[in-house]
Amino acid sequence: MNNPQLNKHGELQHLLTTEGLPIRIMLDILDRASSFLDAAGRETRKVPLLHGKSVFNIFFENSTRTRTTFEIAAKRLSADVVNLNIGSSSTSKGETMLDTVDNLCAMHADMFVVRHSESGAAHLIARHVAPEVHVINAGDGRHAHPTQALLDMFTIRHYKKEFHNLRVAIVGDVLHSRVARSQIHALTTLGVPEIRVIAPKTLLPTAVENLGVQVYHDMAHGLKDVDVVLMLRLQNERMQGALLPSGQEYFKNYGLTEEKLAYAKSDAIVMHPGPMNRGIEIDSRVADGSQSVILSQVTFGIAVRMAVMSVLAGNKK
Amino acid sequence: MNILIKNGRLIDPKNKVDAQLDLYIVDGRIAALGQAPAGFSAAEVIDAQGLIVAPGLIELAARLREPGFEYMATLESEMDAAVAGGITSLACPPDTDPPLDEPGLVEMLKHRAKNLHQARLYPVAALTTGLKGMELTEMTELVEAGCVAFSQADAPLTDTRVMYRAMQYASTFGFSVWLRPQDSFLARDGVAHDGEVATRSGLPAIPVCAETIALSTMLSLARETNAKLHICRISSAAGVDMVRQAKQQGLDVTCDVSINHVHLSEMDIGYFDTNCRLNPPLRSLRDRMALRAGLLDGTIDAICTNHAPVDEDAKQLPFAEAESGATGVELLLPLMLKWAEQERISLSDALARVTFHPARVLGLDAGHLGASSAADICIFDAETYWRVEPSALRSQGKNTPFIGQEVRGRVRYTLIDGQIVYKA
Repeated sequence: MNNPQLNKHGELQHLLTTEGLPIRIMLDILDRASSFLDAAGRETRKVPLLHGKSVFNIFFENSTRTRTTFEIAAKRLSADVVNLNIGSSSTSKGETMLDTVDNLCAMHADMFVVRHSESGAAHLIARHVAPEVHVINAGDGRHAHPTQALLDMFTIRHYKKEFHNLRVAIVGDVLHSRVARSQIHALTTLGVPEIRVIAPKTLLPTAVENLGVQVYHDMAHGLKDVDVVLMLRLQNERMQGALLPSGQEYFKNYGLTEEKLAYAKSDAIVMHPGPMNRGIEIDSRVADGSQSVILSQVTFGIAVRMAVMSVLAGNKK
Repeated sequence: MNILIKNGRLIDPKNKVDAQLDLYIVDGRIAALGQAPAGFSAAEVIDAQGLIVAPGLIELAARLREPGFEYMATLESEMDAAVAGGITSLACPPDTDPPLDEPGLVEMLKHRAKNLHQARLYPVAALTTGLKGMELTEMTELVEAGCVAFSQADAPLTDTRVMYRAMQYASTFGFSVWLRPQDSFLARDGVAHDGEVATRSGLPAIPVCAETIALSTMLSLARETNAKLHICRISSAAGVDMVRQAKQQGLDVTCDVSINHVHLSEMDIGYFDTNCRLNPPLRSLRDRMALRAGLLDGTIDAICTNHAPVDEDAKQLPFAEAESGATGVELLLPLMLKWAEQERISLSDALARVTFHPARVLGLDAGHLGASSAADICIFDAETYWRVEPSALRSQGKNTPFIGQEVRGRVRYTLIDGQIVYKA
């Protein structure tokens, strides 16, 4: 089966998932992201790499935050940016997702940034568009959120320098998390020798071990001697559907507090894709504490998204 | 009209015939094999040199989409596709709109099908009114109107007391109850097998216990009520084991599997291929092996297509939003041949699973070439390869996981009541 994100020269055509994304492309993106940052780790000036290109943010599922970071990234690359919040309203008007995409293609889009509530939506769009159009998956259902994972990898590399000597724990709702899936594939590709997931059984997919992770159900063992703690967001609706009894009980068992963080290495970093539920999955003292690098993730996120867009724009089919 | 089918390799699994024999048809019935009956003169001669002459195939689950879903397919298109696939009798499930829960609807469907002069249609009526799982349909009236069994199709029947009473009532009159085992709570929102692929791709999953729990309920109630139970579309290794045990304990239960599940597994979903969005979901490779073993040892009686033509737009959606189902009636023969070749079983043993075995499930004396039976015949070329392409399919549904593949086996003639209804 062809890798749907690569063109026939093996270059990045679409960014759909970190699964099967070659390490050379992953490193290229991380290195390029570095070049967009100054020594202090803030972004540099505007660059004309995407001058004259149109980037369409099409969000079938609302997200102000992710959309904004893509918008900023595209603008810093001098692209023209169009934002479309389609939500679920358009489909109720009878227009299908691919109709919407066709219409936007007719407006000469060069790049689509797509978010959708269903797994596989970005793959479907990538299969559908003309060969000169690029698709970036900004999150599809529970499947993948590759730019989030890449910015997480960037953050880890920034603080830890290497991947091959790390122990990384992912904590929380792995079952529903596109972020966790993308993180696991990226960490594996980059050579992290030990990846752990920590969650109750109701929040883990059945065959999670097959992804190459070790499963823990308690924080004391799971966080022991880890270098990186990747927290996941817990959606409020998980209390319905009998997945969890309450937010309080979840916090008691899996919420990251200073006491629990003490199991990790003393120089462990704490990350979260945002937006955070303080007091549910993370305690404020940890979120705002000295080991938290959560705000750096946001800054790096723009540089990484600039890097992804410029890598894609640099590849002619 | 008298027809002579000569020079063919005649295979009749039920009567254990597999030989070079000529077949003589008189007045729509099979008059003789080998020796011409006295005074026979053929009005038409079919030269079946190099071809196989077999009973017409019998299909247990072909959705014809009428009434109610004519945008997906029509009775005309699907009946036409069925004979092109060598199918001479087919049962259609009641999940139309409105569902087949009234004698008038069943009569109308039978009448329209009859006027098409194609495959014989055996409607399976709804077990409960509107398939809602609450009230029983008028079963004896529906049988008088021409239906052959009662089913919920893919609609849930969560109320076990309704299931209990439906089986009691059906068994009073000796009617068969056909159910697809799937616990609707465990399957809620699920679109893929709860395994490696769903884990990787983040697709909402249906665990195997959704099948085994429902199966356990059905088998217990069948045991209690002595109802004739047919298990539709078994999908898991654990499910096959339960049916095997039930049969060993002497329960009056039969079982079918879809041809898609004989060949495919969750792995075929690949990058969200919506043609693999099927009900029940494609399960693991281990499950597929168990389904094949179940077919060989007789736990699974028959192979069906679970034919479900879907319009193209309904498949051009993200996996979970896409309509489930695959077109199948024209692929049954080649996929059955492929299975036989892979399992190294005789053509006769393979054909049994799509001819007299499903006929037995339907309670019909059909699917064989016994003397004086109706001349429902499929003549096919087992050596010709063809590519499954939209243009090669008569079904209005072009949706199949096998699209683009080369398959072996092409129907040359289909006869019903001694009339040639398809020729290629």
